[in-house]
Formats: sequence, C-alpha cells, structure tokens
Amino acid sequence: MTAGAPTAGLAIETRGLTKRFGRQTAVDGISLAVPRGSVFGFLGPNGSGKTTTIRMLLGLARATGGRIRVLGQDMPHSWQDVLPRVGALVEGPAFYPFLSGTANLQRLDAADGRAPSSTRSARAGEALERVGLTHAAGKKVRAYSLGMKQRLGIAGALMLPRELLVLDEPTNGLDPQGTREVRSLVRSLAAGGTTVFVSSHLLAEVEQICTHAAVMSAGRLVAQGSLDELRAAGRRQVRIQTPDGDAARRVLLDLGLAPEPGPGNGAPVTAPLDYHLAPERIVAALVAADVRVRGFSVEATSLEERFVALTGEGFDVAH
Amino acid sequence: MLRIDPDTTGRGPRTTAVRRGTAGWALLGSELKVLFRRSRTWAMLLALAAIPVLIAVVVKIASSGPDPGEGPPFLDRVSQNGLFAAVTGLVVSIPLFLPLTVGVVAGDTIAGEAGLGTLRYLLAAPAGRLRLLAVKYAGAAVFCLAATVSVVAAGIGIGAALFPVGPVTLLSGDTITPGESLLRLLLVAGYVSVSLLGLSAVGLFISTLTVVPVGAMAATVVLSIVAQVLDSLPQLEWLHPWLFSHYWLGFADLLRQPVEWGSFVDNALLQAGYLAVFGALAYARFARKDILT
Repeated sequence: MTAGAPTAGLAIETRGLTKRFGRQTAVDGISLAVPRGSVFGFLGPNGSGKTTTIRMLLGLARATGGRIRVLGQDMPHSWQDVLPRVGALVEGPAFYPFLSGTANLQRLDAADGRAPSSTRSARAGEALERVGLTHAAGKKVRAYSLGMKQRLGIAGALMLPRELLVLDEPTNGLDPQGTREVRSLVRSLAAGGTTVFVSSHLLAEVEQICTHAAVMSAGRLVAQGSLDELRAAGRRQVRIQTPDGDAARRVLLDLGLAPEPGPGNGAPVTAPLDYHLAPERIVAALVAADVRVRGFSVEATSLEERFVALTGEGFDVAH
Repeated sequence: MLRIDPDTTGRGPRTTAVRRGTAGWALLGSELKVLFRRSRTWAMLLALAAIPVLIAVVVKIASSGPDPGEGPPFLDRVSQNGLFAAVTGLVVSIPLFLPLTVGVVAGDTIAGEAGLGTLRYLLAAPAGRLRLLAVKYAGAAVFCLAATVSVVAAGIGIGAALFPVGPVTLLSGDTITPGESLLRLLLVAGYVSVSLLGLSAVGLFISTLTVVPVGAMAATVVLSIVAQVLDSLPQLEWLHPWLFSHYWLGFADLLRQPVEWGSFVDNALLQAGYLAVFGALAYARFARKDILT
C-alpha cells in the first residue's frame, strides 16, 4: 500500500508512529492495523508506550514521526470529524470532584459541539444506567470509589453512539464482578458493530474478550494479529505420560520430532510439535511400538507465555 | 450492574451524520456552571463582598468620622452617604484583592483542567483547543464582572443599611440623584471589570504553560503586583501607559459631570491589546501542547 491510500477496513492505522520526549523514545516506529469491528487488545507491560500511543491516536499528543489514520481520516488533522465518533477512556478516569456524576457527564458532553443539548440529560441518565451508577448519579464524584469513577469514565465514553471506543485499562480498580461486567459490556458493544480498542497489561482480560491483539515492549510493537495467529506463532508441544520413556523418545525421533532429553523412564516425555504432524499419528505410532501410554496431551502455548516470551519481562515495569 | 442493551450499542456513519449540535454556547454555559458550582468561587466572592461591609461597619462604630483626606479615598464620605461604601470598597480592593481572585480564576483556566486530568477528556470530546481557550477566557471575564459587582453590590447594601442615602456630590461639584448615582456605580463596576481583562489574558497564557494550577495562579498575582510597583516608579514613566494596571484606579473621570470617557476608552484599548497579545501567545502555546496529564 502506498502512503496516502487509505485501507477501508481499518479503524485505526498507524505507520512508523514515533514519539520522543527529549532523548527518550517512548513509542518507536509502530505500525498498528486495527480492523473495523474487531475487539483489539493493546498489550504490554506498564511503561511500554501504550498510553502515549493512545494519546497520539486521540490528538492529545503530537507524533514526532509517522502517520495516523483513525476511522479512515488523518489524525490530528481531521480531529473535528474523527473525535466525535470516538469514545475514549484515557489513562484512568478524571472528573471534577465537586460536581455530581450526572453533572460531570453533561460537562463532557457539552464539550462536544455536535452533541445535541436537548437530549443531554436523558443520555447521561442512560449512560449511568448502563454502567450501574444510577443510584450514585447525584452524588459528588469526590465521594466515589475508584471503581465507581472507572464506571463513570466508561459511561462518559458511551454518552453517544460511537464507531470506535478506545478504552485504556478499563478494568483498573474494578472488583472481579465489575471486571466481568466490563467484559460483557465490551462484548455487547462489539456485537453492535463498534470497534473496541482495549489497552491492558492484564492478559487474561484480553484473551477473554479480544479478537485481535498487538503486543508492545519498550516502545516497539513486537507482535500483532488475530488471537489465533498470535497463539499459532507460539509453540505447541506433546506431553506423554508413560513408564517407557526411552522407547517413547525413540518413536518421537522416528516421527521427526525432537523430544526433550529426559531423565530416563518414569517422567513425562515432551516434544515440540509442528503443525504438519497430526497428534493421532503419534498415538498410533506409540501404541504400535508397544509403549504403554497412560496419558497424552497437546499443549498450546498460552497467550501469557507468548507475552512473556515477546516482552521478556512479564508484568514488570519496563525500564 | 452494567446493563447490556444491543439496541443502543448501534453505531455507524449514518447515526453520526444525523447528529445535530446546538454548537458552541453549551460549553460556555457548562463552563460557567463549573465555575459557579465551585465553593472556592463563592468563597472569593464573599470575601470581596466583606471588604465594603468591613469598611462601613468600622466607620459606623468609630465615634468620630475620619477627617477628609485620611484613610482610603472617599472614606470620609461614607458616613454622609452610604453609596460611598461601594466606591471605597472598590478602591481598597483594586490593588490586591481583585487581582488576587482574578489571578486564581485566570491561572486555573487551563492548568486546573490539566491538573484534574479533565483537560484530556475535554479535548477528546472534542472541545477544540481554540474553542476551549475562548470559553475559558470568557469564563474568567464573567468572573471579573462578578467580582467587581459583588464589591459594589455589598457596598450599596451595607451603605444603605447603615447610613443615609441621598444626592451625591460629584468630583466636578455637580449633584446627582441617588438613582443616577447607582447608574454611575454600575459604570464604575464596568470600568473596573474591563480593567481586569488584561490580567485575565496574562493569567490564561501562564495557565497554558504548566499543569500546576497553584503555580499559574501565584505567577499571575505576582505579575499584577509587579506591574503596580513598576507603575509607581517615576524613572519608568515611559513604561507606565503600557502596564495593564496603569488605569486601574482611573475611574474618577466617571464621577464627573459630564462623564469623561477618555480614560475609559484608553483603558479598554490597553486591555484589548493585552488580550490580543496574550491571547495569541496562549493559543500558540496551547495549540501545539502535548496533553500528558
């Protein structure tokens, strides 16, 4: 694709997006491709550049280099057309503590010059109901818990129908019940056709709700694709429970696999499995060789293992 | 519990295109609501209102009135005509109390939103950077008027309650009715409000430079004091007409018959100049600023 030709199917597209603060490079030439209608997980340890990227997508921070297209239009150039169609939760919720939940939502809505005033309070009421805050609508936000503020932030993003929702760590501060509720809300929004871009450092979350994901590490994009593609890029392995370890290893070698050298008989035998070999052929070969198979499994690498492998640091803060 | 309602999750360009805005005024209305729902704003307005009240009460309970020329200007007139409590209140508030409160509001405009984190949500809404600046400045300007009016209104109220109110002798020697003198007081309030607009623009600019509202407030107030100090140094006479505080106490011309508009116009032009320069600086800074809070 040549620069300038938009890709119709993408809700977010960046090319070589870079942000430097002084000598430090926070985001290093990333090229994101978020398909329309997807639930896109934007993964990475804290400090890997996720929020900075989101700020650039929303026109809050200026890119040092690269291009951004959101909903088919250049950002930040076309912010007037793009941003009203985007709902956002950026780096945690932020509100006027001396205003009520309803008043805060109305304030944000008034900031969007295209949002109709006539339906403002009705829409605020609906948004509060959707996140389960109706009972606290009139309370000052000062008295809200972190979880309630998080819900109010999501309500703010839902004040109008959106084509794209950008949710930065949406389950921060929520209890397990709240986390489940956010997940089902995201699913229902996606079912309605909204593209949802969720950043998280929690993999379990992404694995459960996302169709696609990208992984950031130290400012770089280290992997991107559908969840199946990401998993497939990892290893699968077979695991055989047998008292005849050495015999099993010989069979696996004959099949062209490379079993891990084991301590002999007794311990489980494992070997990396490539996709050309059907697992049932291994079982047949083992049985034919009179290996006593007590257990046989094919283990896919979890996304979490992939994540640790890609970022090299798991959940630690990137340095 | 989060309610899942597929009917309202719809989206699409058609939905978006149908949306009609009622445009810019909603944000100004919202800005004023936020400003005047804040207890800090009311605390400042009450403190300003307390100044003429304090003056009037002290004059009332003092056994002998001040001699002419003693104390702040017009003080000796308060006991003869209650309306002068308002004028004396203004004269006392102009050097420090009014700039202090205006500095708090103007310094808070952008830095306050940045400090709360709400700036990123306003801009993502999107408020638009120029529109947000304009609305923020308009809010500060409304506060200038509210601040001045609270001094004048409290002065009129307490003056009328404690002292006789009668015809007022102007600086030119002419006498006007109490009704006309109320109009003159409104004119003076307008003059003082206008003369604070330049300071508000300076505060707006400083507010775009930081995410710490207290710093912006303090810097704005300090500048208002520096301007007055410079204005009092005769060696810098060439500079005086360019200082935003130069005409602050120059409303005496509005207390003559007929009204001399010269200083009103000079003041308004000077303040408009400050607004143009510092408004442009604020926009130049804010338009390119990375919002990282």
